Amino acid sequence: MNFGLGSFTGTHLLYLFTSIWWTLVLSALAFVLGSVGGFGVMLARISHKAWLRWMALVYIECVQGIPLLILLFIVYFGLSVYGYSLPALAAAGIAMMIYVSAYLGDIWRGCVEAMPKPQWEAAECLAFSRWQTLRLVIIPQAVRLSLPPTVGFLVQIIKMTSLASVIGFVELTRAGQIINNSIFQPFLIFAIVGAFYFALCYPLSRWSEAMERKLNVANR
Amino acid sequence: MKYHLDFSPLVPYWPVFLNGAWLTLKMTAVAVVVGVAVGTLVAFAKRSRITPISQICSAYIEVVRNTPFLVQIFLLYFGLASFGVRMPTFAAAVLAMIINIAAYAAEIIRAGLESVPRGQIEAAECLGLSKWRIGWHVMLQPSIEKVYPALTSQFLLMMQASAMASQISAEELTAIANTVQSDTFRSLETYIVVAALYLVLSLAIKLLTSLLGEYLFRRRRVVRQAAALNARNGRATALPPTAAVASRGGAA
Repeated sequence: MNFGLGSFTGTHLLYLFTSIWWTLVLSALAFVLGSVGGFGVMLARISHKAWLRWMALVYIECVQGIPLLILLFIVYFGLSVYGYSLPALAAAGIAMMIYVSAYLGDIWRGCVEAMPKPQWEAAECLAFSRWQTLRLVIIPQAVRLSLPPTVGFLVQIIKMTSLASVIGFVELTRAGQIINNSIFQPFLIFAIVGAFYFALCYPLSRWSEAMERKLNVANR
Repeated sequence: MKYHLDFSPLVPYWPVFLNGAWLTLKMTAVAVVVGVAVGTLVAFAKRSRITPISQICSAYIEVVRNTPFLVQIFLLYFGLASFGVRMPTFAAAVLAMIINIAAYAAEIIRAGLESVPRGQIEAAECLGLSKWRIGWHVMLQPSIEKVYPALTSQFLLMMQASAMASQISAEELTAIANTVQSDTFRSLETYIVVAALYLVLSLAIKLLTSLLGEYLFRRRRVVRQAAALNARNGRATALPPTAAVASRGGAA
């Protein structure tokens, strides 16, 4: 339906295309920052110190219990009352780092803990320090196990970036909204936006599934 | 600028918050019940021997799982409106949630169905069980039991994803937070309160589902007790590693 507001043109399509770039930038930012945080969370979760384990557990439970949207609002609108006015990209990056770190930390902890106990004991017999054991023995094996779920989670991260649209960060979803505000063809526009997300996420999903089959490490 | 957290302006709003939380819970409950029912049908249909049916089902699952929930809501609410199908915000939000959770539940349940050994189905066929009874007793029940943790963590993610319904101004918890904070100008406090409410809801759902699981799956309880007994007698039984939480991810 057209209300005489102009129609969807190549320029609009180009605009949507360029906004994919910002979706990818935000995804990369969230993944890199989240991985660093998640690695720390994982280390804390398998630490010898009980208080550290507990703190990490509470952190994970808290973050997993709160929607990302609320985290975004807290970081973006909440911090602004302290006089820090964050750019939308930074706010989205911080909120997603918190969110991603809790999930990745939990996924990776599962993978590290799935490593057989004798691996730890053997490393101990070689007089490896705890860090050496992790770096040289456990993590190289755990990475194989963790790759499929991590790539699977990457798909979630790309989809999550759509939430950054609500704080005005112009990525794919926001670009769709902006175009829709000018020409009001919501079905067409959001279908195209959805198709773009699908084109980004589907290969990753497939890759994750293929790895799961190929590495075949989950439960044998 | 110095700023002090001050929750007192929010106190008069507590019934509003509770109402929002209640609505979120109601939406989630409806979406989960209907969604799991639809998801079960889709899971069985995907295994169907009639290729078009299984292809349609896998297309549905892949499309829903690889696009953001927010875009799905927009497509459903604004998109259908341009065809003249106007829905109240709540109906649109719940419908989007059902479509979303059904796809995830279908994939989870299908994984459970795949894990039913072929021999068991053949054995049931030899006993002359009807197709429906095989489906229910031999395939679905053990599958649900196996995938129950994955399914419930999906429900939690769905509950959180319902926050996105605020974007089409369905008056659930997040939308209420937006109104309250523009009334009181206490944005940080409002969002902290709402975050806490979501946390409480999550913990409540977690507790409820784990209790329900204990009650529903007696077999699992017995198996665990036997494993504990074995461990006490010095025969350590290898327990399967716990599946990574939400590795297959949520609605987002």
